[in-house]
Amino acid sequence: MNKMQNPETLVIANANKMTARKVQVHYGTNHAIKDVDVDILDKTVTAFIGPSGCGKSTFLRCLNRMNDTIPVCRVSGELLLEGENIYDPRVDPVQLRAKVGMVFQKPNPFPKSIYDNVAYGPRIHGLTRNKAELDAIVESCLKKAALWNEVKDRLDSPGTGLSGGQQQRLCIARAIATSPEVLLMDEPCSALDPIATAQVEELIDELRSQFSVVIVTHSMQQAARVSQKTAFFHLGHLVEFGDTGQIFTNPGDPRTESYISGRIG
Amino acid sequence: MSTVLLLGVVLVLAAMAFVLCRGRALASAGGDMRRLHSLPEAYGWHGALMVALPALAVLVLWLILQPVVIARSVGAILPVTTTTQTADEAQSAQNAEELALMDVRRLAAGIDSAVSSGQMAEVAPDGAGADMAALQEALAASGVALGGAITPETLAAAQKYRSLSAIGLTARTVFTLIAALAGLAAAIMLTQKDFRARNRVEAVIKMLLIAASSVAILTTVGIIYSMLSETLNFFRLYPVSDFFFGLTWSPNFRGNSEFGLIPLVWGTLYITLISMLVAVPLGLFSAIYLAEYASPRTRNVIKPLIEVIAGIPTVVFGLFALVTVGPFLRDWVAQPLGLGDSGSSVMTAGIVIGILNIPFVSSLSDDIINAVPQSLRDGSYGLGATKSETIRQVVLPAALPGIVGAILMAGSRAIGETMIVSMGAGAAAKLDLNPFEAMTTMTVKIVGQLTGDTDFASPETLVAFALGMTLFVITLGLNVLALYVVRKYREQYE
Ligand SMILES: Nc1ncnc2c1ncn2[C@@H]1O[C@H](COP(=O)(O)OP(=O)(O)OP(=O)(O)O)[C@@H](O)[C@H]1O
Ligand SMILES: [Mg+2]
Repeated sequence: MNKMQNPETLVIANANKMTARKVQVHYGTNHAIKDVDVDILDKTVTAFIGPSGCGKSTFLRCLNRMNDTIPVCRVSGELLLEGENIYDPRVDPVQLRAKVGMVFQKPNPFPKSIYDNVAYGPRIHGLTRNKAELDAIVESCLKKAALWNEVKDRLDSPGTGLSGGQQQRLCIARAIATSPEVLLMDEPCSALDPIATAQVEELIDELRSQFSVVIVTHSMQQAARVSQKTAFFHLGHLVEFGDTGQIFTNPGDPRTESYISGRIG
Repeated sequence: MSTVLLLGVVLVLAAMAFVLCRGRALASAGGDMRRLHSLPEAYGWHGALMVALPALAVLVLWLILQPVVIARSVGAILPVTTTTQTADEAQSAQNAEELALMDVRRLAAGIDSAVSSGQMAEVAPDGAGADMAALQEALAASGVALGGAITPETLAAAQKYRSLSAIGLTARTVFTLIAALAGLAAAIMLTQKDFRARNRVEAVIKMLLIAASSVAILTTVGIIYSMLSETLNFFRLYPVSDFFFGLTWSPNFRGNSEFGLIPLVWGTLYITLISMLVAVPLGLFSAIYLAEYASPRTRNVIKPLIEVIAGIPTVVFGLFALVTVGPFLRDWVAQPLGLGDSGSSVMTAGIVIGILNIPFVSSLSDDIINAVPQSLRDGSYGLGATKSETIRQVVLPAALPGIVGAILMAGSRAIGETMIVSMGAGAAAKLDLNPFEAMTTMTVKIVGQLTGDTDFASPETLVAFALGMTLFVITLGLNVLALYVVRKYREQYE
């Protein structure tokens, strides 16, 4: 679990999945994200760290246009998914979000059964042809999210009846059931106990073989454990972006250093 | 002392008690608030309540009991005319006695006002030696009109009534003030720093809240009780099975009436069904539009506009049904299809009631849909769901218990609607499948049986109570069913 990844060798081979150039986000008059450039590599875990309110969630939500649902929010700049601008008018945010899935900071299971929660994505996207296939997807996703053993006997009971940590793992299972190409996770472990956290971290590591993962976290240890790339945000600016090992051992910016060592935040 | 003045005095005493007790409590703690068990205001409120509650209790009891007691003792000296034999005679004897008492009261009030305005000399206490004609004239001069001529008995009774009232008034003042002062003394004696004033005050507040909520319950119980007794009277005159299973409704004030409930229940349910078929989809769709699609500006315009409908009196809707919808349906739908040529029909009333109910369904559902947390929508969008998928599969299921409630409210309004039915669907009790036939509902018939000659002893009138009771049971049943459904659903999803 606590093994450090060896970032360099893994990263170099991977192509750019998403590219952000000069991204600005305004909430009304509040300039929340200023001039952010980030590259999200394929089959890589990227961690966003930074003090509370610095804009990590905001930037994360730009990557699958979730900010579209907030009326006051305006995004400008260039955001590419495999070379295609995702804010282009021709791009359908619905299709984009099927490719770029999301797990939220607060667990938000639907008021449906556990089974239906996980089956939601595959059903609306028509990913399965029959019940057996759907059953298989539900089971494998719940297993990946380390929830299967706890819920396998009560798949028909409501997802909202689970504990907070179980709900979050259910949301993770729900997100990976759509088999996205990029998975955005906003503090997925903030409600989990250490065992479940370890399981989710293991899952993230496993997911890396299939798609890229972006994770927001407040835990330096977690960022160091699971990610190969780390971006440090401060007051809406991207202060530093680079290989995780380098950021944590040899940060280039004094603000990064003091945040990592616990002096600001 | 008049009632208002007395109330004023009690309030002043209560205010005094507030100030005194608060000061005393503070003094007992040596001016240090932290050594008091409760806040100083609590001691003040305790004092005020100790004054006001017993005094008001005495006053209210007195106001209720005094007329009863006086009526009893005055009634005793009025001449008793009848020997009661049958129930009917007992009834009329009671009526006569009440009329006589009313005369006495009016005469007493007349003498009171005439004497106090100085237009008449005081009459002898037992009315002896008074000149009846002169008295009547004097009263008429001071603007008091009496029903009939004054007899010596009435005058004596009126005089007794006056003297008893005067005594009662004084005694009432005295006892109320004694209660208030006793409360004040007790409150002052109790007030010291360790006294738990807050707990006592909160207990009183709790009692007030309980009293408030029991008003509604007691009213319901009272309604049931009054309807039940008349319903039982009806069933003494008319067989139960004929009422519940009879297929014809033909009341006849000369007797030989048939009160078959089925055509009325059928009409009620048919009209309700059609109105719900109109109100639920339209209301729900406009709620979804308002909550999920409309921009805030559009919403701010459209929502009040829809709600305007709810403010239109139902009789206006009835006119609309009568002169517009009814003829339209007859000329353009019923006649071309060969379904009859009745201007008033189930369809007319159903559609118009449905329109009336749109704002209920839409406004309530809109609020409920808005209360569904945004995080659920985000979750769905985040998985690549479209807006309509999100609404159908996440938002509506989450809002369903509330929506069911809204629909049921609309349903009970439809069942209870009277005006639109009587103007749009007519008053003919029929058992028919054709929605373009005139039919009628239970509520219309309740009104119909009670207007005009209301002799509360004939089955023709009493049947209204049986109908009311049936209606009550039906709506109660629906509500219980709805509660059960909603609870079942909640269990599953919350
Ligand atoms: N829906 C919104 N409307 C208006 N302003 C918002 C909204 N969401 C976020 N903001 C503002 O944007 C800035 C960045 O917020 P964001 O949620 O991205 O922070 P964060 O880095 O995710 O913080 P945390 O670690 O506490 O989750 C904050 O100043 C916040 O007030
Ligand atoms: Mg956040």
